[in-house]
Amino acid sequence: MRKLVIAALVTAVSAGSAFAQQVIRMGTEGAYEPYNFINDKGEIDGFERELGDKLCEIAGYTCEWVKNDWDTIIPNLLSGNYDTIMAGMSITDERKEKIDFTQNYFPPAASAYVALAGADDSVINGNIAAQVNTIQSAYIAESDATLIEFAIADETVAAVRNGEADAVFADKDYLQKIVDESNGELKFVGEDVQLGGGVGMGVRKSDTEMRDKFDAAITQLKGDGTLNAMIEKWFNIKDAF
Amino acid sequence: MFEMCADPKVLAGLDWFACYLTTPKHFQFYFSFLVVLTLIFITAPIVLALGFLGAFARRAAFAPLRLVGHAYTSMVRGVPDIVFFLFVPIALDQALEYVRHRVLCPEVTEPVYRGNDFVVCAAAKLPLSSAPQWIHEVYGFVLAIIAFSVVFGAFAANTIDGALSAVPRAQLETARAYGMTERQTFRRIHLPQMWVYALPGLSNLWMILIKATPLLFLLGITDIVYWARELGGSKTSFFEYPHPDWRVWYFLALLAFYLLLTWLSEKGFAWLNVRVRRGQATIGAEVAGVGR
Amino acid sequence: MSCAETFQAYALRSFGFGERALPKTGISLCEQVVLIGSGVAWNLYFAVLAVFFGFFFATALAVARNSADPWLRKPAEMFVFVFRGSPLFIQFFFAYEAFVLLPRVGFDIPLGFATVTATTSWLTKAWLGALIVLFLNTSAYSAEIFYGALRSVPKGDLEAAEAFGMSGFSRFRRIIWPTLLRLAWPSYTNEAIFLFHATTLVFFSGFPAWRQEGDALYYASYFAEKTFNPFVPYPIVAIYFIIATVAIIALFGAINGRLNRHLAPEARSRVVYRPELKR
Repeated sequence: MRKLVIAALVTAVSAGSAFAQQVIRMGTEGAYEPYNFINDKGEIDGFERELGDKLCEIAGYTCEWVKNDWDTIIPNLLSGNYDTIMAGMSITDERKEKIDFTQNYFPPAASAYVALAGADDSVINGNIAAQVNTIQSAYIAESDATLIEFAIADETVAAVRNGEADAVFADKDYLQKIVDESNGELKFVGEDVQLGGGVGMGVRKSDTEMRDKFDAAITQLKGDGTLNAMIEKWFNIKDAF
Repeated sequence: MFEMCADPKVLAGLDWFACYLTTPKHFQFYFSFLVVLTLIFITAPIVLALGFLGAFARRAAFAPLRLVGHAYTSMVRGVPDIVFFLFVPIALDQALEYVRHRVLCPEVTEPVYRGNDFVVCAAAKLPLSSAPQWIHEVYGFVLAIIAFSVVFGAFAANTIDGALSAVPRAQLETARAYGMTERQTFRRIHLPQMWVYALPGLSNLWMILIKATPLLFLLGITDIVYWARELGGSKTSFFEYPHPDWRVWYFLALLAFYLLLTWLSEKGFAWLNVRVRRGQATIGAEVAGVGR
Repeated sequence: MSCAETFQAYALRSFGFGERALPKTGISLCEQVVLIGSGVAWNLYFAVLAVFFGFFFATALAVARNSADPWLRKPAEMFVFVFRGSPLFIQFFFAYEAFVLLPRVGFDIPLGFATVTATTSWLTKAWLGALIVLFLNTSAYSAEIFYGALRSVPKGDLEAAEAFGMSGFSRFRRIIWPTLLRLAWPSYTNEAIFLFHATTLVFFSGFPAWRQEGDALYYASYFAEKTFNPFVPYPIVAIYFIIATVAIIALFGAINGRLNRHLAPEARSRVVYRPELKR
């Protein structure tokens, strides 16, 4: 366990009544655009940053963002380095054994394969790059393809570009923009695969009160259309919920 | 930074680069170079102090202390330093939290190691989870400094012990013959003479300390390696300055930085070496005399 | 799973044989010892090959550094400066990023009984890419040691060789080289040990672990993360490395004895392990 992975980049959603408000430390990865990434100002940015700040405002918490490597993001939640995970983390049964989730704030999404432009569909049985500890890497590990694991998502795409892997398997929403802007270098191959139960906020099992507050806040944002507007802004998907 | 950078999309060529290299994110990258230098300059004196402690322990009259000294200085010989860098911070952190847990939360009776979990009560956390972020960062950095100091202190102890033994016995005996006490002999003769013999080893150690600093990355500290990877990775138009994978250039810059640092250090030590040797009957002088 | 079964499943895991999935829950001491031990094989693989090939390249570099011809001397000096002046960790990162930029080409290597198609993509794999970096790195450090020894070869030896009519390569091979080795051997032993220790960096730098096949420290950190308990896996690595280090000292000590066999016992240099570190 790298308990010390508690890097910089923090901004408090400051409110006048900071004294009265409970401080919640929000853990994220900062390398999975558009969910979360570090923008050119060096701050955590993205869909989850915007949503998380809004949720904190509704729930009445002061939130502080903490960046943590993906591969240790659950252990460090359990050991109390931060109180929530908002990192594009899909709700799965395996993860539910360790931590609790709020209801999903992003609907169950497709995972997709991306390969170099010249490739045909058979490459999905070759060497597949996936990020470590993701639902995608678990899926590949159980298939006939050879799994190559990387610590961060950007490295999985780089591995396809430089030919080290035949294809990358990741969230389609993550890959979409990369494919669009690759000037024809990359393309989707094979069929999309539906995995996971949508993206939710991960919390420790003992923090039921906080989970309920965030749950209520998500329900409110789903109800008044704010969440759909945010998803449309970041993902270009209409009427997600 | 510059006014023209307000809208990066219309920039091209050199202007684009000027703006790109002066984003706040890049300044965090540049700042992390200072973090590296800070680590070196804080660690070096601690290493020297630990080196002296280790060397004295090895030469102590009291046998158990001698054993501790020997154990400390030989631990780095058989085991890769990287193992210590990974082990010491976690072990220290868990040890501190364990002790605090026992002291602050005596009412909790469950074991701390539960299956695959390490659980201490909230009051025992280090730092407390309510502490501001900069305290978390400083805590991580301090653990890194301790890990570096422990490992390099053991190497320094080897060097200093060797240098203390290398001072010619005749010089110490002469000092005693002049009626100096043990303490005076050490301070006036043994210590000043020792530096000449220790300097090559210590300068080597300094170089190694410099070259070990990228390992900070393994301790989860946002150091230059972290930023090189983060900034160099390909960027889509979610970012203001999209670009393809440039990591190779960022690592080339790190390579150049370290070459410059070691090159400057080499010059510095060459100068220092001349200085300590001034007016002393040393190896240099003896070697020169051989040809006669 | 009993310990014997664990051994069967994981003893060769680091080379891709045996159980595919790593232990996840209820990790036993036996699993840690076996899997970390299987990882040590990678450390030995890197160290043995890098030191073996590095030995010859370092000799050539040392001779080049001592050459009067600047076309030989300057490149050798530059090479040694670059590899000794920068951290091995950064060298790994840089080399990986540079290797992946190479165009993908394959070429056939006839081996007589079969033809192997080598491709440049092998360079992005740890088994070749990291090995090359370690080889170049140890060559630079060893070249510095050999160069120092070369400068200390007694002039009288050379004059005697000339008097016997030896010159050029035969003088080098029969007089200079043996003396050089004898003088350099104690330092060279340290270099070999430190290179061995440095192999633990490979899977923490740019080179990805394929199918979770990694070295001893890779598995140790895996266990430390899974069990939250660093006090078991890291000491296991330490014990493996202490054993291997003692073995290296014994081996190099034996070679040292052979190099010095013509000398009177009290005149022989002894391999005293002094950590003159590197990296």
